[in-house]
Amino acid sequence: MNLEMPTMETGSISLAITGSGGSGAVTAGLILLEAAAKSGLYGLMMRSAGPQIRGGESLSLLRLAGSPVACMDDHFDLLLGLDWHNAGRFAQEIPLHASSLILSDPAIGAIPDTFTAGGAVVRGLTFKDRAARVDGGRLNMVAVGTAGALCGLPQDMLALAADEILKAKGPGVVEAATACVAQGYALATEHDVPATKPTHSTLARWNISGNEACGLGALRGGVRFVAAYPITPATDILEWLGPRLEQLGGLLVQAEDELASINMVIGASYGGVPALTATSGPGLSLMQEGLGLAVASEIPVVVIDVTRGGPSTGIPTKPEQSDLNVALYGMHGDAPHLVLAPLDVRDCAFTTQWAVRLAEHLQTAAIVLSDQSLGQTRAVTDPAKLPGIPLQRVTEPSPASDYRRYALTADGVSPMTLPGTKGGMYTADGLEHDAFGIPSSLAADHHQQLDKRRRKIEAFDFGSDWAELRGDGKLCLICWGSSSGATFEAGERLLADGIAIRVIALRLLAPLRSDALAQALAGVEKVWVVEQNHSGQLYHYLRSYGVLPEDAHSLAKPGPIPLRPGEIIEAVKHG
Amino acid sequence: MQAKMSTPALQARDYKSGVKPIWCPGCGHFAVLAAITRSLAYLELPREEVALISGIGCSSRLPAYVDSYGFHGLHGRALPLATGLKVARPDLNVLVTGGDGDGFSIGGNHFLHACRRNIDLTYVVMDNRVYGMTKGQASPTTAPDWAASKMTPHGTGVRRFQPAAIALAAGATFIARGYSGDPKGMTRILAEAIRHPGFSFVHVLSPCVTFRPDQRSWKTEVHPFPADAGNDPVEAARRIHADDGMGLGIIHAESLPVWPARQETETTLAAIEKEFLV
Ligand SMILES: Cc1ncc(C[n+]2csc(CCOP(=O)(O)OP(=O)(O)O)c2C)c(N)n1
Ligand code: SF4
Repeated sequence: MNLEMPTMETGSISLAITGSGGSGAVTAGLILLEAAAKSGLYGLMMRSAGPQIRGGESLSLLRLAGSPVACMDDHFDLLLGLDWHNAGRFAQEIPLHASSLILSDPAIGAIPDTFTAGGAVVRGLTFKDRAARVDGGRLNMVAVGTAGALCGLPQDMLALAADEILKAKGPGVVEAATACVAQGYALATEHDVPATKPTHSTLARWNISGNEACGLGALRGGVRFVAAYPITPATDILEWLGPRLEQLGGLLVQAEDELASINMVIGASYGGVPALTATSGPGLSLMQEGLGLAVASEIPVVVIDVTRGGPSTGIPTKPEQSDLNVALYGMHGDAPHLVLAPLDVRDCAFTTQWAVRLAEHLQTAAIVLSDQSLGQTRAVTDPAKLPGIPLQRVTEPSPASDYRRYALTADGVSPMTLPGTKGGMYTADGLEHDAFGIPSSLAADHHQQLDKRRRKIEAFDFGSDWAELRGDGKLCLICWGSSSGATFEAGERLLADGIAIRVIALRLLAPLRSDALAQALAGVEKVWVVEQNHSGQLYHYLRSYGVLPEDAHSLAKPGPIPLRPGEIIEAVKHG
Repeated sequence: MQAKMSTPALQARDYKSGVKPIWCPGCGHFAVLAAITRSLAYLELPREEVALISGIGCSSRLPAYVDSYGFHGLHGRALPLATGLKVARPDLNVLVTGGDGDGFSIGGNHFLHACRRNIDLTYVVMDNRVYGMTKGQASPTTAPDWAASKMTPHGTGVRRFQPAAIALAAGATFIARGYSGDPKGMTRILAEAIRHPGFSFVHVLSPCVTFRPDQRSWKTEVHPFPADAGNDPVEAARRIHADDGMGLGIIHAESLPVWPARQETETTLAAIEKEFLV
């Protein structure tokens, strides 16, 4: 029997692992990803689960490659069934092609028709029997051995990864797992697996999730105070930050709600400590009034919105890019602020760090739009890059006797005294105020302060990080945040097909660098705006600035299934 | 100590900012402002080490009138803002001021959680049993049959919120009641409240002369709280319920660990980044 798999050299390998209630699909995925990392590969792992709080069906989706990958592929090459109970519900998330391979032990039950209907090759393997040969052996670890061999991962790397991930469960568990991996490996070699050799990268790489990367970016940016209320899919950021903030002398406060979170963050930042909160759509809605206060009183704050399907409670465990409008327009009044979006898992660290430093320097609110597909995806990637010039909060340590907290400066940034500074006392206010901070409803004060708050953001030189630009074709794809991974890959494939293409991935959404964008669009004849929401929120935003050609197209697809490169290519070629 | 002796002690008036209050002549909030500046002078707190945080309402305008750091934030959200500031800057003396609408209605949830956290804040609520700023609607402490607001022409028909009882039930470790007609007593209470380590709640009866002229009668209705403060919450509960809500003085003072407990710094960012290395 031949278990042929595409080799790494031809691109990447995609595999899906289905399980249910404790069958270990997630653990298997984590071990394979870490083993791939240790073998010199790059990769991604997304996970999915049914609606149950515990147990129920679960799914790991992996893509392993010799170079960095930022999205899932169009199809899965390998489907590994650990348990088929309710797995049919995942059919849409696991597209297969005619030569996909399904591996499963007939002893665990029949493969749902939905997976075999497209002609995928099915192979029955004796996972269960092999696991039974090991004291304390588990089927998922046998499957890891087989899948690892198929992907060309060395057996010792699988054993190392299993040790690392299962260590906390005790030496007995690790020992049994290692023995099962060996059983699975042997099972694969018995079936003439062509030895595929991964291309090794010897560079330092990270194994990190988007939510962890956001947390790291916050710490790198100097955040030492976080207040937040738990919400899926943002909670992991908070759970990661909680202990680490304490170890660095900071604190995470679990607030009573998001109204408290944002106001606590404003208070801490007023005191001089860079502060942040993380939430998802429902929490961002509750924070709008507080964000407006930060803008008006010119206190730096950062909110990470790990977006999920909306509106209302929506689809808490699945991605969507549908909070752009509320991030841009949610505040009442004219409230200039920053909106940024990381372009991939690794970029979550850079973008969050940059957002913190920008908010600190510009004394305003920054909203970072991550989403479930970045936050809860684990990537093996190059270490995150660091922002260029360090941006500092402009403080006033020795105020003159006529100190004005909201002085009308040329660049719009007014030096801020921190509590404790002698002679710099002022009352920060959400009421409109004059340059001293004294409440005022005079037209002149209102206009001057509005101008100043706009000026400091509009006139700031954001450098080249506002977007990532690739290619110079006359056909252009514009994307933002998490839709960038699939869009970049679609661009690469189109280019390989001889279609000259340009991709513009926006990281800074507000203030829109419309001049730079117009320049980046120079010579373009056809534009597609790619995003994961129902109404084309970026498309309409860009339209309102008049930067798009008249016949620009919108490719807006709502969640919960992540965008794939193939559907972007399809739209561009035939749309 | 020496530095302190070389500068002349500040008087209460030195804590006034010079910004003219927007309050109606005769408003009870003037006396609260005076008592706050007097207690700050009495405790000799350096002005730059004091922060006054408030929400929105007539009473919440107070921080701008004090020469200290301050934040006039959102309606109902003064306590969380102050909580963030105090956690970030434990060196500051943080006072929170506001009204009964601000603190017990829109900010009611934060009131409960600030009490149970026992963070070292002093919270002064100027209760006039009405929304002054929005011109005379019922508040949570308004009697159910008060029918003077067009919005509730037959009264609210809802029982009154009991600030002291609720603060006690939520875990406040210092509870007192003052009256703007008794500035001396209020100053003494405020000084004790600021000194108290942990969350101190000062409920001040502060009449609204404009929308509640009937509150002139308060001067004959107030009386000393039936007994001196104890540290037993069960006893305090009994006394609060036996009182008519007009008893003045320190009602309850209990010593409990102050939140948050401080942790020692024990790692570096570089060490944290290493976790991700393959
Ligand atoms: C979110 C929000 N809702 C409503 C208001 C309007 N508002 C301003 S002050 C106030 C009530 C103030 O009453 P209280 O706190 O008792 O203070 P007082 O004016 O009586 O001193 C209200 C409802 C607001 N500013 N913000
Ligand atoms: S309306 Fe009432 S509470 Fe407001 S300032 Fe006037 S008297 Fe004071």
